[in-house]
Amino acid sequence: METNFTHHQSAHCENGVASNLLKHNGLNISEPMVFGIGSGLFFVYLPFIKVNYAPAISYRPMPGIIFNRLAKRLGLKIKRIKFSSEANAAKQLDENLKKNIPTGLQVGVYNLTYFPDEYRFHFNAHNLVVYGKTETDYLISDPVMETVTTLTHQELNKVRFAKGAFAPRGQMYYPIEIPQNIDLKSAIIKGIKNTCRDMLAPMPIIGVRGIRFVARKIKKWPVKHGTKKTNHYLAQIVRMQEEIGTGGGGFRFIYAAFLQEAAVILQNEKLKELSAEMTIIGDAWRDFAVNASRIYKNRSTQTDGYNAISDELLAIADKEEMFFKKLKLAIS
Amino acid sequence: MKKEEVPQDESNLSKSNIKELIYATDTNGNYTTELSSGWEPKTIALNNSLLEINERIAIANEQVKNGEISSIVYFMEKSRMEINVLASYVSKWQWQVKRHFKPQVFAKLSDKMLQKYADVFNISIFELKNFKGE
Repeated sequence: METNFTHHQSAHCENGVASNLLKHNGLNISEPMVFGIGSGLFFVYLPFIKVNYAPAISYRPMPGIIFNRLAKRLGLKIKRIKFSSEANAAKQLDENLKKNIPTGLQVGVYNLTYFPDEYRFHFNAHNLVVYGKTETDYLISDPVMETVTTLTHQELNKVRFAKGAFAPRGQMYYPIEIPQNIDLKSAIIKGIKNTCRDMLAPMPIIGVRGIRFVARKIKKWPVKHGTKKTNHYLAQIVRMQEEIGTGGGGFRFIYAAFLQEAAVILQNEKLKELSAEMTIIGDAWRDFAVNASRIYKNRSTQTDGYNAISDELLAIADKEEMFFKKLKLAIS
Repeated sequence: MKKEEVPQDESNLSKSNIKELIYATDTNGNYTTELSSGWEPKTIALNNSLLEINERIAIANEQVKNGEISSIVYFMEKSRMEINVLASYVSKWQWQVKRHFKPQVFAKLSDKMLQKYADVFNISIFELKNFKGE
């Protein structure tokens, strides 16, 4: 069986699944719009949690939050189910497909056989859509892939029940109710306000302050941990910022695309200017990645390299602080 | 980033013919999307992490060879796992898994427990029991 689902490639898996599922249900909404309304732009530094032996850094909120906020702000109803039994999880998915409902799943990346080996890590917050089933396979629309793909029944079961942090526990989700009239304008404003609040939060490890915290740490790491470990930490930052799913520059470019779309809908010229400013900030993040990668590529042991990229990051934090203050004003 | 500046470097993705989507601006400054085959700074970052993992695997291999730890550690590193991930896969506490790292404790594990580990690592009990380092 197969549902008549259309696959669109996206930069980020969660926005992509949300956008694709909503498009299928007749609500034409772009990936940047999903990201912006769901307040996907974020920064958090969690030194007490280690991922791959480096402190955790995230440029996005917890998995599932973007879609949930989007649903709340647009008045959609999303059904989410987690399972304790693997058999039950498979049964429920099959029933959905029989009813012609393409279904979103949270999965682990490690056993996704269509990913290149280098990308298979124990990361459990990936999202994809299952839109059909054959004798042997499930038909998969993974939004970060150019085209649709397949997984065997056993493989899908494995990725649905991956273990570790954010274990998906077979989680599946799909929209069950989409209102006729949608108030995009107020949803956009709520989304932007939330992002400004997050990025300007008076907490040391969140938003602009979090970026500064990391920047200052980069100066201290070489002394405290040695250059080898510092380089490993830096590589981890760059991966979180640029790896598949961010659309480049730690989501800044997707956000700029969202602001541009929002400017038209809200008829607010100021947002268009701010979109251009966000693009410049995104470019600054890219430059930071280039300079950081130079350090660990050359395995340079001089500390002035670390000081230089630390200052670069501090400058980005300053720019973002000004930016989000302006953004807050622009919609108030 | 401008559309024509979207990097098209060789990467671990391009080897598998995968391209990722990047948001970039066209000549009028309007946002559009462009596919990218890869970007060098990213590839270096990823390779750096893979290198770290290979080092860890090599160290585990030596330690298994010298009889200092059980083969579980080697296969855990090989599967890119950390203790917390492995512990949740075999439904044990981390301290229990850590105990299984000791060769004396490992030698006494039941076949049922060994099977659990073997399944997680996608190998046979025989391989798990008889791995003595490469």
